[in-house]
Amino acid sequence: MGLEDKLPAGFMLGKVEDLVGWVRSSSMWPVTMGLACCAIEMMATGTSRFDISRFGMEVFRASPRQADLMIVSGRLSHKMAPVIRSVYDQMSDPKWVISMGVCASSGGMFNNYAIVQGVDHVLPVDVYLPGCPPRPEMLINAILELHEQVVKQEPLGANRAEVRAKVEAAALEATPTHQMKGLLA
Amino acid sequence: MADSTGKGRGRSPEPRTTKTAMGATHDVQNFDVDSDEDKSALEEFFAPVAGFGVTMASLFRPVVTEQYPFEKKPTAPRYHGRHQLNRHPDGLEKCIGCELCAWACPADAIYVEAGNNTPDAQYAPGERYGKVYQINYLRCIFCGLCIEACPTRALTMTNDYELADTTREKMIFEKDQLLAPLRSGMLSAPHPMVEGTTDGDYYRGAVTGPTAEQVDWVREHRPEDPSLESAADPGRAQGGKR
Repeated sequence: MGLEDKLPAGFMLGKVEDLVGWVRSSSMWPVTMGLACCAIEMMATGTSRFDISRFGMEVFRASPRQADLMIVSGRLSHKMAPVIRSVYDQMSDPKWVISMGVCASSGGMFNNYAIVQGVDHVLPVDVYLPGCPPRPEMLINAILELHEQVVKQEPLGANRAEVRAKVEAAALEATPTHQMKGLLA
Repeated sequence: MADSTGKGRGRSPEPRTTKTAMGATHDVQNFDVDSDEDKSALEEFFAPVAGFGVTMASLFRPVVTEQYPFEKKPTAPRYHGRHQLNRHPDGLEKCIGCELCAWACPADAIYVEAGNNTPDAQYAPGERYGKVYQINYLRCIFCGLCIEACPTRALTMTNDYELADTTREKMIFEKDQLLAPLRSGMLSAPHPMVEGTTDGDYYRGAVTGPTAEQVDWVREHRPEDPSLESAADPGRAQGGKR
């Protein structure tokens, strides 16, 4: 991406990773992706009672270009799936996804032909958040979980290439979500 | 309104008045919804400031923001949070593996597999116990129908709501995660039922704690069991049938 990608792996890059992770987690702007009732709780999270601007993310961007985080709040219908994917593709790297609520995470109680059984069929989800709908505290908890992830494991440069290769290899091995049986389906 | 020019405000030109069919007069050209004509000079002076009044007054009101991760406000007492599988006072599990919770679940989030209790491995009073118990928190909508369906009050809900995690697999809670921790004085299952009781006695609350026979049985079969210490405490009033 930038200068940090040119750094050799090792001590120096490790320190830069720490700094970059901290910076990224401190100002993460969510894109407006309210799909159903969970969006009400997501909006409540932005109000003065819960106030996510305490975590540097007060602005819900209507434009994906200026957003880092997609909070998919609500059930994703098959008709909406290509739309949400193109919004995600328009977001600039690095980007993260929180799947808010059971409908977004797995289809929830809507196990039917109209609803995508989990947004992880179309997006790479970083944090799953159960609840129907989750209360604002739960969303803040999920956001903090994501921040922790970003601070801890945000590989850059040579480290990033290595992690990407590992993730790719693991993804090729893994059972696709649509082939999973039992409670994972 | 149109006739009230007598106050001599001089801001607007002579209002043009018309007569409607009803006979009332209306100011057509200079109709002003927030006309200041009945305000005093002082009120008029402060009018632009009034909008900031709300802002200014809010400065002195208490802050409504909840500092969530640092100060947690308690939920409502009957909040629908994460589930819990309860135990009888002597440590046996209340779940009998009847699957009524799984039947009641509108989201098909619960999976139960019952197992037979044997004299060597008695987990719950009666014939059967929940051998496999899984709740998929990515399906569960926390409606509480499973709690209503449970005939032994084995399944209840806690006020715990911090459930977010990173993979689908981690969101399926197994029995060991759902089972209530042993309270002090409880003896961990499996162990035999209290001497001379039936499962009916357990449901009626007749059993109040582990007896010496149960403690001996566990000591014989699992001498390393950590729950033995508190259950066998001589200072504690021994349980048994009431």
